[in-house]
Amino acid sequence: MSDNPRTPDSKAVAFRGGGFAPKPRRWVGVLVFVLLIAIAEWGTRTGWISALTLPRPSDVLDTFRQLYESGLLFQHLAPSLSRLVVGAIIGVSIGISVGVLIGLFSYIRSGLVPLVAAIFPIPKIALLPLFVIWFGIGEGSKYALIAFGTFTPTVVATYGAVDNVDRTLIRMGQSFGLSWWSIVRKIVLPGAMPGILSGLRISLAIAIILLVAAEMLGAEYGIGAYILEAGSLYDLERLFAGVVILSLLGVIVSAIIGVIERQLLGWRT
Amino acid sequence: MDIRLDGIGHSYDDFEVMRDITLDIPSGQIVCIVGPSGCGKSTLLRFIGGLERPQIGRVLQVGDVPAGCLNPLTYIFQDFALLPWRSVSGNISLVLEDHGIRGEAAKAIIADVLDRTKLSDFARALPKQLSGGMKQRVAIARALAVNPAVMLMDEPLSALDAQTRELLMDDLVALWQRQPFTSVYVTHNLQEAVRLGHRIVVLSRRPGRIREVIEIDTPISERSWGDKVCQAKHDQLWKLMRDEARAADAELLHV
Repeated sequence: MSDNPRTPDSKAVAFRGGGFAPKPRRWVGVLVFVLLIAIAEWGTRTGWISALTLPRPSDVLDTFRQLYESGLLFQHLAPSLSRLVVGAIIGVSIGISVGVLIGLFSYIRSGLVPLVAAIFPIPKIALLPLFVIWFGIGEGSKYALIAFGTFTPTVVATYGAVDNVDRTLIRMGQSFGLSWWSIVRKIVLPGAMPGILSGLRISLAIAIILLVAAEMLGAEYGIGAYILEAGSLYDLERLFAGVVILSLLGVIVSAIIGVIERQLLGWRT
Repeated sequence: MDIRLDGIGHSYDDFEVMRDITLDIPSGQIVCIVGPSGCGKSTLLRFIGGLERPQIGRVLQVGDVPAGCLNPLTYIFQDFALLPWRSVSGNISLVLEDHGIRGEAAKAIIADVLDRTKLSDFARALPKQLSGGMKQRVAIARALAVNPAVMLMDEPLSALDAQTRELLMDDLVALWQRQPFTSVYVTHNLQEAVRLGHRIVVLSRRPGRIREVIEIDTPISERSWGDKVCQAKHDQLWKLMRDEARAADAELLHV
């Protein structure tokens, strides 16, 4: 009880809201990389990580520098990038088209959804010999492998995204007498774009994974071929240099999609 | 152009939602449809605009579509139905593009309808930047752009707060005075019905039937809050609806 009747005991109401809303913190991601590399460097230098367990980061950097100076880097990078780009464009464009068709037509949906579910879990690497027979030992089989690998996740992401397009917007389009094609082009596709782009992040990461598999057979140059060669020789420095290139490729692809998202999806609240 | 509903009836599975609705919607009038929730008023509106098919009966268009009318039966939706990735003017041009109206001709129409809905300063804004009332005004502008013969309004003010609703009602009255339009206006709000309707059709609870048609002779522009005639009509409507609404509320939902 308080002595003063006009101001009874008071205390601040305890705060219990907040949280559950992660915000971007710049440089924290970079810091994590720097920290991990610094630990590896320090560990290999002091000797509690043996040279067989993990190559010294500075040695990997040195290998990378040699690769760059000898001009071999671009000799490996150029064919890999072209395989990645061509394969991914084929797979993603067929994937988006088929996904939209599945999202719009009952018969196509009933016919193709089980088929997509059946081919999704096949390790595409296992089919490489088949693709070599079908498309030849040259670039064809490599494009096919990457295209096939990006196709399935793109299809699944696309038809899910089409399903999620606000039906009231489609009714609106019909009520104003828009043609079927206009509704697809101006309402369904832009409405599905957020889902398609987030699916693209996954399918392009898979494309990079499959790049190495695609270069297992009949590739003299290429990042994948370089990694596989280093791996069979247990040359860990070169192996890691190659892996770092793939990682960087992944980061760059993800950043590009981020830019596209900011450009195309600025309307989202 | 008039609209005639001829013995409309409809069921979902074995669940009858409306029965024997016959109604004339004469040109130049606003016909309000009120009724308890679940009486099928929105479904009826979808029949009128051809977005759904009734199982029994027909919706007839009587007379010719007026010249210059791009989309005779045009909806205004409760949730606005604006494309979030298009600007205000982009949302309006959407419904013109399919009629081959582009460039200068489209610009002129867009400028005109934005002016009529007092949105000229917001032509380039995205829907996410607009308040609910402004979004609905964009939807009204979009409907005006196609020069409709009949405006089908599905609870157009129900997603808005009370003040915004008042303002938009004034806007609708002003628009009607400037150029009388034909409209079917579905609402559960009796004040809106009394304010805007030339005729108010009261539907019963499920299965929806026409219980009564009330006419209000006071010109729309002269109606106001506290007006005796309006108040009397409002009370009359509420008396008609109260028991229906209570019974509808107590019904189990068969979903």
